[in-house]
Amino acid sequence: MRSLLRTISRRDLLRQTAVAGLASAANFIPAVPAIAQKAKVKVGLLLPYSGTYAALGHNITDAMKLGLAEAGNKLGGRDFELVQLDSEADPAKAAANTNKLIVGEKVDFLSGPVHSGVAMAMAKIAREEGTLTIVSNAGANAVTREMCGANIFRTSFSNWQVCFPMGTEMARRGLKRVVSVTWNYAAGKEMIGAFREGFEKAGGSVVKEILIPFPNVEFQANLTEIAALKPDAVFAFFAGAGAVKFVKDYAESGVKAKIPLYGAGFLTDGTLPAQGAAAEGVFTTLHYADSLQLPANLRFRDAFKKATGRDADVYAVQGYDTAQLLIRAMEKVKGDTGATKELIRAMEEAKFDSPRGAWRYSKSHNPVQDVYLREVRNGDNAVVGVAEKEVSDPGTGCGMA
Amino acid sequence: MDIGTIAIQLLNGLQYGLLLFLIAAGLTLIFGILGVINLAHGSFYMIGAYLAYWLSEKTGSFALAIALALPAALLLGLVVERLAISFLYQRDHLYQVLLTYGLILIFNELQRIVWGNDVHGVAVPAILAGVVEITESQSYPVYRLFISAICLLVAAAMYVAIHSTRIGMMIRAGSSSREMVQILGIDVGRLFAIVFSVGAALTAVAGMLAAPINSVYPGMGENVLIISFVVVVIGGIGSIKGAFIGSMMIGLADTFGRVMVPELSSMVVYALMAAVLLWRPSGLYGVKA
Repeated sequence: MRSLLRTISRRDLLRQTAVAGLASAANFIPAVPAIAQKAKVKVGLLLPYSGTYAALGHNITDAMKLGLAEAGNKLGGRDFELVQLDSEADPAKAAANTNKLIVGEKVDFLSGPVHSGVAMAMAKIAREEGTLTIVSNAGANAVTREMCGANIFRTSFSNWQVCFPMGTEMARRGLKRVVSVTWNYAAGKEMIGAFREGFEKAGGSVVKEILIPFPNVEFQANLTEIAALKPDAVFAFFAGAGAVKFVKDYAESGVKAKIPLYGAGFLTDGTLPAQGAAAEGVFTTLHYADSLQLPANLRFRDAFKKATGRDADVYAVQGYDTAQLLIRAMEKVKGDTGATKELIRAMEEAKFDSPRGAWRYSKSHNPVQDVYLREVRNGDNAVVGVAEKEVSDPGTGCGMA
Repeated sequence: MDIGTIAIQLLNGLQYGLLLFLIAAGLTLIFGILGVINLAHGSFYMIGAYLAYWLSEKTGSFALAIALALPAALLLGLVVERLAISFLYQRDHLYQVLLTYGLILIFNELQRIVWGNDVHGVAVPAILAGVVEITESQSYPVYRLFISAICLLVAAAMYVAIHSTRIGMMIRAGSSSREMVQILGIDVGRLFAIVFSVGAALTAVAGMLAAPINSVYPGMGENVLIISFVVVVIGGIGSIKGAFIGSMMIGLADTFGRVMVPELSSMVVYALMAAVLLWRPSGLYGVKA
């Protein structure tokens, strides 16, 4: 190394530096507008690709890819690149991961995550940095309330949005005294809080809110408590393994035969094969159902099955709509990612037929959508009706609402 | 709470405690006699549950699944002891913690590769699927009573085995003075292999029995690991009797804690552990250090 250095004379060094300088200047100065048009559009995806939520991350990503492929694999006439980063659904790593995409990869758009804790960190940074961000699953109310921002959009739902209509619906069914039960964590409390708001507004009363330490799945003691309280019905929110176990325990303890079970859609979504007969007759509300008989849904489910070999679910729909939003906004600005204001306006005004129904945004950038009432029949979430049409999250605390 | 509800909550607590006992009994034996901190103990629980799910899908019978899974679990325990644990008896606890933590990662990854990350349900066998009506509003699942009965049988069998058999005598001697047993010319290697294998199998049985009520999911082993360490510490390391009493205490404290003081329910069992340790630093039946 030392001998090599010595062979480079000072003159050579000067000459090389000058050449390098010229070259980089030549590249740089006239090329600014050209780069913006020619370089690939970078879309950063912060989603869980490993761990418990891996299936959700993959469905969101694959549905996005499907949507983009249907649009000719171009965004506003430009090529694009998806930068996928495993969020590990870990809020502790969320800030570093978001920075990796925004600062490190300099992405033009950011999308994800599944976990609400990750979403809070991600939205906070994105708001400061101004990166256009589309939240494709996390339902934390705050994302389109206190934390809302002009550049933050959501293609999924707010926790409030899917539970409030169930409150109204249950009161409509003549149920008066209800016990609600969930895990003692942020999403759970938002879910049963929204349910209570809707139920009490319509004249019902929540006799007890049972909060179980997260992620504990030993429910027997609480089921005994519920049986002793003898409510007209139970409203529950659990997801994943907790949802499977709660629904099974509820049936096997004999409570289900006496007290009907209602819940947020996640109680029976993606979990029915494991829940089996125990889930039959459980009512839930959600902004989507696999069996929705809408032309856009039938077409999407067919295409997703062909592309991936798997059945689409609510997460895939949210990924697909994220792609739709990107495609429409980039078309409006003809691929000019620098036109932030126009991009935001295009997203706000985007109207299309989503597999879940007609698409439009509220002022706080949360979708205004129908919330469906579903009943588990023969191992399927059958759509019974619409619990509430065009539900819009109130966006409390958001300056734009 | 009326008297009927209290009685059922008592039943809930005892049933949870009995299941915990199966897990903690193996852990306390391995810890007390082999002197090994086995963090991978929860993995055997998980493997038991997954075996019960997988074999009952394949054979269509839960009873047959257990009959096949039990020898498999014994064998697995033996293999792990021979290939990994047996090299660490003379080593510091830190090596054991590192090794058994590594085993957790390996077993979790194997589970992901073989069975995937989905949550699975196991059907309760038809003859045990009913409920017993206890009061007008309260009923109790037959399968949970069945689990309690099995756990009690196992506990009784362990009591007899430990107090009235030759190997039980060696285990008792081993747990109070390991060196003395070695000096007396007992084949410690064989004894250790048996204890580890049986301990692992007991935990796997707990996983199998719990599969129909708990469902089967990734990471289920870690959830029971911590609570079974709490049981072992309360009961005193190496004491089966301690593990039994400790399990019952934890089962009841957890059950009544979550109904009576729901805000504090996640810490009730740890508060109980702290209280017991203040009163008896080596646990209820622990040998004084």
